[in-house]
Amino acid sequence: MSTMVATNKRSFGSVLWDYLTTVDHKKIAILYLVAGGFFFIVGGLEAMAIRWQLVTPMNDFVSAGLYNELITMHGTKMIFLAAMPLIFAFMNAVVPLQIGARDVAFPFLNSLGFWLFLFGGIMLNVGWITGGAADAGWTAYAPLSTTSPGEGVDYYVLGLQISGAGTLIGGINFLVTIVNMRAPGMTYMRMPLFTWTAFVASALILFAFPALTVGLFLMMFDRLFGSGFFDPNMGGNSVIWQHLFWIFGHPEVYILALPAFGIFSEIIATFSRKRLFGYSAMVFATVLIGFLGFMVWAHHMFTVGMGPAANSIFAVATMAIAIPTGIKIFNWLFTLWGGNIQINTAMLWSLGFIPTFTLGGMTGVMVAAASADYQFHDSYFVVAHFHYVIVGGVVFALFAATHYWWPKMFGKILNETLGKITFWFFFIGFHMTFFIQHFLGLMGMPRRYWVYKEGQGLDLGNAISTAGAFLMAIGTIVLLYNVIITSVKGEKVGGDPWGARTLEWAIPSPPPFYNFKQLPLVRGLDPLWIEKTEGRDGMTPAEPIGDIHMPNNSFLPFIMSLGFFIAGFGFIYQKYDLAWLSLVFIGMGIALGSMLMRSVKDDLGYHIHKEDLVKEAKE
Amino acid sequence: MSEHDVLNPKEMPLNPEKATLEGKNKFIGFWFFLGGETVLFASLFGTYLALNGSTNGGSSSQELFGLELVFIMTMLLLTSSLTSVYAMYHMKNNDFKKMQIWLGITVALGLGFLGFEIYEFYHYIHHYEFTLRSSAFGSAFYTLVGFHGGHVVFGLSWIIALMIRNAKRGLNLYNAPKFYIASLYWHFIDVVWVFIFTVVYLMGVL
Amino acid sequence: MAEKSSLHPAQLDYERQKRKDEMKQQVVTFALMIIFTIISFSMVIAEIDKLFVIPVIIVLAAVQVGFQLYYFMHMSHKGHELPAFMFYGGVFAAFLTILALIALVWW
Repeated sequence: MSTMVATNKRSFGSVLWDYLTTVDHKKIAILYLVAGGFFFIVGGLEAMAIRWQLVTPMNDFVSAGLYNELITMHGTKMIFLAAMPLIFAFMNAVVPLQIGARDVAFPFLNSLGFWLFLFGGIMLNVGWITGGAADAGWTAYAPLSTTSPGEGVDYYVLGLQISGAGTLIGGINFLVTIVNMRAPGMTYMRMPLFTWTAFVASALILFAFPALTVGLFLMMFDRLFGSGFFDPNMGGNSVIWQHLFWIFGHPEVYILALPAFGIFSEIIATFSRKRLFGYSAMVFATVLIGFLGFMVWAHHMFTVGMGPAANSIFAVATMAIAIPTGIKIFNWLFTLWGGNIQINTAMLWSLGFIPTFTLGGMTGVMVAAASADYQFHDSYFVVAHFHYVIVGGVVFALFAATHYWWPKMFGKILNETLGKITFWFFFIGFHMTFFIQHFLGLMGMPRRYWVYKEGQGLDLGNAISTAGAFLMAIGTIVLLYNVIITSVKGEKVGGDPWGARTLEWAIPSPPPFYNFKQLPLVRGLDPLWIEKTEGRDGMTPAEPIGDIHMPNNSFLPFIMSLGFFIAGFGFIYQKYDLAWLSLVFIGMGIALGSMLMRSVKDDLGYHIHKEDLVKEAKE
Repeated sequence: MSEHDVLNPKEMPLNPEKATLEGKNKFIGFWFFLGGETVLFASLFGTYLALNGSTNGGSSSQELFGLELVFIMTMLLLTSSLTSVYAMYHMKNNDFKKMQIWLGITVALGLGFLGFEIYEFYHYIHHYEFTLRSSAFGSAFYTLVGFHGGHVVFGLSWIIALMIRNAKRGLNLYNAPKFYIASLYWHFIDVVWVFIFTVVYLMGVL
Repeated sequence: MAEKSSLHPAQLDYERQKRKDEMKQQVVTFALMIIFTIISFSMVIAEIDKLFVIPVIIVLAAVQVGFQLYYFMHMSHKGHELPAFMFYGGVFAAFLTILALIALVWW
């Protein structure tokens, strides 16, 4: 096919334009991967600066103010700009393929979601170059955040608002994709677990992000327009922010963790050469975690003073989540049991995840005990706990997914030796950094302090913790090297390099832009595996070859997001001079204008003709 | 179904808004979005309920609110909900002209509502000096009711844009889902208003 | 693309008639909504005891919203199972949010 040849020799400009306008979920996945990876590295550098500041007592590597900015930006960036988009990268790359769809339900909105996230992420970081990033902690509690001088927190508020809108759009897109776009025979109870977890996580996004949206609006009005939601002098109450933030914030943990569980479920089943043990129990546990995840947010607020009744209710609800999570842990273990286990990098991350995450879960039950939490609260014990959950759960999953799905996304397997080196450096470094922090916390070291004194028994622990951070950094650098060397030298692999079970492996790597030439007929759980056990190479098609409908590319999502980005500056700087309001009008004009254009201009997509598909198959 | 059939259907099906995959996606996706909007307004209602007594020595809801205006606004919005049901009824019967007329009435009623709301805010600001900055109550009131008003503005612009864009070509399978979800949005605005007049105004004057 | 032009004329007439009947029902629903609204307003104007009025007007509002959802927004029709499920998911989260912001902010 002539266009295929042309794609191989395109100029840089045309490739760039292609990515700026793409609505293809596989390309958007790559955009998410690159952007999320970039923010992950920047956030990691911030973490290194934090650890270096704490390597010795009374260190003066950074100032107190800069330290506050570092911890705030590290936390915010890792959650919103690294973990979320990287999860979205794999959801985009894999979910449509796993359910046998040619595209997502709303390709245009998918692209809009990415560009909103990226512009929001950039906005969040603009503070670094305009004289101070956000410094009120990633939770931005009022009144610290409402009284923080400068524009740092304003950038936090506007940046999160814009990228949050993108996430909400992405969540709705995946919900509808999974509901409406499944291939013939792909019933709900035949969906791979990663798709199930993506589905539940998207539902959580839908119900959790609006609370953050409102919280950020209230914060924005307080900081920029003189309202008094969180200002006691005007009758306001800062606890409202805490509730709104955590009504969003706790489900957010599961928005990240559930897809991570899904990733491990795929990998463990594939490399144990066994069907996932207790599939329906896993689905049930996923839904139950999602449901319970909404009723526990106030466990972040035990020491606020809600009283024993409220604290008890939220403590019990929180501990209840250990049950479905325990179900999952046992199901992974039973999947391994008796399996024909193949240990490679993806599998190493999965095996490392089980004990690591279990540790995080155990300390989770400890901090869930409201009375004990008065001791743990705001100490390094909590820091250790949530890094065990988020790094041990989510980041390990992202590394595992990178190795597992890299061949599907790029057609090459990441170097296994380098992968294993990355794993061991990162795994050992991680436990060195954070295991000791449990004890630092129990010894009374508070979180978010920029220095600690000599002679309090904290020196050695902090030095070990910093050394561990360097091991993690080395592991990450090796991974980056691995990505480069694989891209340059790696050998092309076929569609199914792992001997895997699910639909995404039934098509070439990387997949053609229309994914499936003929939609596959799904005959059970692990559809590709079923066909293999019956001696067939690939899926049985559910339809004859016919015309394929594809969506048109569009530059509007980029323009729209740029409009909101510009308006954001106007909102911030009008607090100094109302002339800046002109930027609000310009930016909103661009954004709303592109929405209007999208509404009035017909966009019906195009068809790939049957004859071209047949011809391509022959070539 | 080819592009031509979508834009020029030989015969309109009974449910043109769900006749194409795009239509089905829009329909489901928009309902999901409304589920999210519910949480958004719940957060605003919760904030309002937490702060409606925090007048900071300024005007309280009992001093400010008059029920006559709110009653008229409520009637306008409730009626506009019925007229948009009529519009969708005619859409399903493939009677484009009548649909446009009923949508036009909906828009007119919505504009009336909006006018009263602007007058109400103006009244509070100039006669009571009650603003976003007066007190936490003021902040919460203007934010909740203002968010609803913002939704009304967006909904009206949306419906007007659809009416103008499609005025000449009539109904097809491409624009029917658009009209349908715009009307869902309009009903949702009414749903929120029912709680606003109950929780903010009626409970405010008690 | 479930329903193409293959509908029998008689069936088409039947569907049209059903819709017409339903439209009448919509008008009745609307009348009820107006009546509920008037009851709410007049109860407040009549200055009946707060403890009685507040629960009643909230119930009336909820019923009115139910009408709006099930009749005006057609949630009673077929094919609305998932929309209803997700919408009630939102209502559940909304309920918890409001409850917390009423009960757990001031003490």
